[in-house]
Amino acid sequence: MNEQDERSLLEIADDELVLGWRDSEWTGIAPFLEEDVAFSSIAQNEVGHARALYELVARRRGGTADELAFDRSLSEYRCARLVELRLPEWERTIARHYLYEEADAKRLERLKASDDPEIAGLAAKIDREEAYHRMHAQMWNERLRGQARYDAALDELRPLLAANRDDHSSEFAELWDEMTTVRRSVPGATW
Amino acid sequence: MVTEAQVWDALAEIPDPEIPVISIVDLGVIRDVALENGNVRIEFTPTFLGCPALEVMRDAMAEKVRELGAEPDVQVVLDDSWSTDKITPQGREKLRASGFAPPAPRSTTSVVQLNGAIFRCPYCGSIDTTLENIFGPTPCRSLRYCNGCRQPFEQFKTI
Repeated sequence: MNEQDERSLLEIADDELVLGWRDSEWTGIAPFLEEDVAFSSIAQNEVGHARALYELVARRRGGTADELAFDRSLSEYRCARLVELRLPEWERTIARHYLYEEADAKRLERLKASDDPEIAGLAAKIDREEAYHRMHAQMWNERLRGQARYDAALDELRPLLAANRDDHSSEFAELWDEMTTVRRSVPGATW
Repeated sequence: MVTEAQVWDALAEIPDPEIPVISIVDLGVIRDVALENGNVRIEFTPTFLGCPALEVMRDAMAEKVRELGAEPDVQVVLDDSWSTDKITPQGREKLRASGFAPPAPRSTTSVVQLNGAIFRCPYCGSIDTTLENIFGPTPCRSLRYCNGCRQPFEQFKTI
């Protein structure tokens, strides 16, 4: 695996882990039961994708998925600003979901065309599941588009897709602290 | 000396941890069984990557192989070789009989069909059913409602 591939896989894995964590914050408190179930399921899928991607990187360069997920310093994470934010507002959550799934679909298409069969195969497997996330995001986008709060959330969050991945928010620092607490206090703990 | 057929038979006794009416062989997740110097190498593919049943299945397979007196080597293959089309016809029938609508076949033109495909109620057989929620109690299921017998039911997602 070349450095470029490894970097891309870690970017996606970090995005999926952090977004999965954020999506799971709706478990139990989504506006209605169907969305409680949907966001819990999406979160579970995203963390599953992160694990598979970390495992692939770990197998090639040594180490374990857990070490990549939880033992890196804050500055080593490559997640996008978009996924870092804690968004307790529904319209911002849906705007992020829609923007993320659109962008994620494009990079998965690129990975599916990789010359590396393991990368292409895993990307294709992930994409089968993401198809349902996209469908869910598109359904909500159609429902909310044109409403002032939703449109404002899209405008607010869209620029974050292009933000520098080495520059993290204070909200991510808090999340990193939360995510890595167990590993730091109980070395060797697994998820 | 253990044979491949014995291993397949033993694996067919392992129920899916989340939908125990169907075995992991019927689910189509066992990609290959091979004997190598007294070791039994099993290649299996997860259904959904975040499925918590993965570890349970892997441990159950290793246990079955040990019961046959051989050493297991269970390999998790994270490629794209599994789809819901791998569920056997017997597996589909077992799902239906226990109230899970089996997955619609994968379309050759689009990855996922939720509106174009026909979804049949596993209880009364009506095709007058509507989608209630893309997501359900586990990642592999959606929730639908049958307008014929007025029952909600779980639909195995096509992936």
